[in-house]
Amino acid sequence: MQCQQCDKQAVFHITELETGEVRELHLCEDHARVYLNQSEAAQEGEEKPAGGGLSGSLAVGQTADELALLDKKACPMCGITFFEFRNQGRLGCPHDYVHFEKELEPLIANIHGGTQHTGRRPERPAAAEGESLAEGTDDLTRVIGLRRSMQEAIACEDYERAREDRDAIRGIEERWLAGPHNETGPAKADRATDET
Amino acid sequence: MKLDTLAEDVGEWLRGTGPESDIVMSSRVRLARNVAHYPFVSRMSEQDRGDVERFLRERITASPAGSQLEYIDVGRLEEVDRQFLVERQLISREHAEAQGARAVAIDGREQVSLMINEEDHLRIQCMHSGLDLRGAWEQIKAVDDQIGRVVPYAFHPRWGYLTACPTNVGTGIRVSVMLHLPALVITRQIDKVFRSLHKISLAVRGLYGEGSQAMGDFYQISNQTTLGKTEEELIEQVGDVVPVLIDYERRAREFLVRETQQNVHDQVSRAYGILRTAQTITAEETMQLLSRVRMGVLLGLIGDVKIADINSLLVRTQPAHLQKIRGVELDTKDRNIERARYLRRHFEGGTPQN
Repeated sequence: MQCQQCDKQAVFHITELETGEVRELHLCEDHARVYLNQSEAAQEGEEKPAGGGLSGSLAVGQTADELALLDKKACPMCGITFFEFRNQGRLGCPHDYVHFEKELEPLIANIHGGTQHTGRRPERPAAAEGESLAEGTDDLTRVIGLRRSMQEAIACEDYERAREDRDAIRGIEERWLAGPHNETGPAKADRATDET
Repeated sequence: MKLDTLAEDVGEWLRGTGPESDIVMSSRVRLARNVAHYPFVSRMSEQDRGDVERFLRERITASPAGSQLEYIDVGRLEEVDRQFLVERQLISREHAEAQGARAVAIDGREQVSLMINEEDHLRIQCMHSGLDLRGAWEQIKAVDDQIGRVVPYAFHPRWGYLTACPTNVGTGIRVSVMLHLPALVITRQIDKVFRSLHKISLAVRGLYGEGSQAMGDFYQISNQTTLGKTEEELIEQVGDVVPVLIDYERRAREFLVRETQQNVHDQVSRAYGILRTAQTITAEETMQLLSRVRMGVLLGLIGDVKIADINSLLVRTQPAHLQKIRGVELDTKDRNIERARYLRRHFEGGTPQN
């Protein structure tokens, strides 16, 4: 069997029992040492690395310092930190798969065995005239960050920035949400700024 | 509300028709989808929740797939009605118990159900009676295509369809088959079977059961991975193992009849006897006994009961169904009395009404 963290042969087979969850780890000697040191440190320290079976396996192969730094890394769109994800086991928005790609990769490989989607691909909704849309939707997901930015701007009465954000949201939504139901997107941006 | 008319019928998954329906109760495929321009459900504000619900409602009801669906605001339903939908497997327990804007859209035959604002913005489910994963897949694919044309699903070229939990990312597909395996339970082979399923990355869960304890010998087999294989490959992974399980169960049933005919006949008859005469009975015991009677009918040990009737009783003796049929709210104690009364009435004269 292969180590879950690298290509070496797994020689340590660990079964963790955590609050009713059983988790199996198969690690090479090096990664097992890192893992075991870490769980000892965690037991001695004040705070155990949070998260159940799923996000818990992220802890493997990272030092406490690295983890602390990683935990503070927040998604620029939805604002979720990696720490929050590790606690809840749920991501905050689609952009997390881009922003935390490096951190999520070993976890996803662990769960699924594969790291490349080979299944169906969406037919894009009708784009605005003359526009062709990318297959990935990260461009559209940017409006999550822009909406947050706009709300912050409104809160500190920076109406110039709020307007800019609103126009940016409109631009993206018009590109992506064209078609017969176009009113949903821009209307929302209007509503938010009208509240001022 | 259409829910009351639903109570009169049993819905697709208990129809008791379709290939291998003596052992395979139902085949189900579900797809997890999210819109790209809102945070995932657990991180949405109340306003976001309402916006996503409205966005999806407007676009789905205007699409060809959605125009034939009954759209239900789950947040506005009474608790008993939400529970009723759970018992019919049209929404999840989590969806019933959640807070905030959420909905479900159901087709008249109860084959298609769309959950809005569950763990993901959209969960599409398609359920067929008996062993028919292929049919369920073809149907759900068409629904997904139609909605995908008007809703920008969050998608990444490498990670596929993006989901709130990384365990669903990629295809977002969960393929499951519900099996009735009483003979494997009686002959104590069930654990061995499940251990071998786990080895090939398939999950096993009980019907309605919390955790591993399956109620009434009904088990659900499903895929655990969603990324790296195509939908067809994942369907095959589940589909390939079903004939093997059917074969095991048939052999175990034959063994029971051959080697322990008297015992089995006795067990089945006692179960039937209790169902026909009990004055108070819990949902759990009812499931267990109906499971035995169902096997007895299939083994030819009980002659005067139809499989479709047993299937119907399985769902209609659940707490919310009992209350909907009776038309009043009942506490646990009264439900147990009502359930026994309902069962007695159904088995009277040996030809239960449907």
